[in-house]
Amino acid sequence: MTPDRTCVLAWLRRSAAALHEQRDYLTSLDAAIGDADHGINMDRGFTAVLDKLPTVAEADVGTILKTVGATLVSTVGGASGPLYGTAFLRAGTALAGRQELRPVDALAGFEAAYEGIVARGKAQRGEKTMLDAFGPALDALRAAIEAKQPFANALRAAADAAQAGALATTPMMATKGRASYLGQRSIGHQDPGATSLALFFQMMTDGK
Amino acid sequence: MAVGLVIVSHSARLAEGVVELAAQMTHGAVRLAAAGGMDDGGIGTSLARVTQAIASADSGDGVVALIDLGSAALIAEMALESLDAEQRAHVRLSGGPLVEGAILAAVEASVGSPLDEVLATAESARSLEKLKR
Repeated sequence: MTPDRTCVLAWLRRSAAALHEQRDYLTSLDAAIGDADHGINMDRGFTAVLDKLPTVAEADVGTILKTVGATLVSTVGGASGPLYGTAFLRAGTALAGRQELRPVDALAGFEAAYEGIVARGKAQRGEKTMLDAFGPALDALRAAIEAKQPFANALRAAADAAQAGALATTPMMATKGRASYLGQRSIGHQDPGATSLALFFQMMTDGK
Repeated sequence: MAVGLVIVSHSARLAEGVVELAAQMTHGAVRLAAAGGMDDGGIGTSLARVTQAIASADSGDGVVALIDLGSAALIAEMALESLDAEQRAHVRLSGGPLVEGAILAAVEASVGSPLDEVLATAESARSLEKLKR
């Protein structure tokens, strides 16, 4: 079955529920190397997204994602707002008018989102940020889709790579974001942004 | 009138405090707008607040926006992108120190200096020595 707009809406609802559930965990990761608000901010943002979803219940995938992005930008409060906001806005632009998503469409959406975060954050992989989960996930997704694997397998591979990427941020020293103010002391802690990013990929494979 | 200033901070009280200090130097000659905190009173930066502050600080001669920490730059850049090209052309972001940058820039603006001179003054606050050793 080709995933469609209702799958995207269901994924957003699952993600909102997971962020709510993981709120204290994400905040505790952020307390170690940042300003102790990542879980709170993401939960606040996605609570606002849940309120907005009924207004786009009949909309195309692009409109849904752009609405999510605009909502996050105005409600999250921390750096994650503009970063996740730009990611969803760029993906929404790439998928304007789509009702269904072929694997190549999904890949194009994720690539646009990734490039949006790179541009907004002036960041790259290896700096202990969400890109260290997103980059490996995108590589795995692209490889699986190019190898013509079933889409569900491709998403599973991406989710596993995102999770491994998030875990691999622990020994890194942060050079971007609030954690970079801690320098060497950021080593030994898992990055909260990479952790929430991996959660979004996880929620594409769960609950179906 | 004069170039206006916007103070972008994660904290509403910090933004208002910087405005308060700068206003003491300019006696109403410069439009100063605070864009701090979230609508619910929490810590964070709000796109709507920054966009509104830019509009209220702009008398037609341009606006310099100063930020407290790096992540405030992300929202400030998004606010700039949301403006139309004509408005955007006379708004500048400064990465200079928030307190000293705002006060030096406010004084520069109050004597009628043009936009890029006010921006350069805000940036020059990086080299201001507070302690003479």
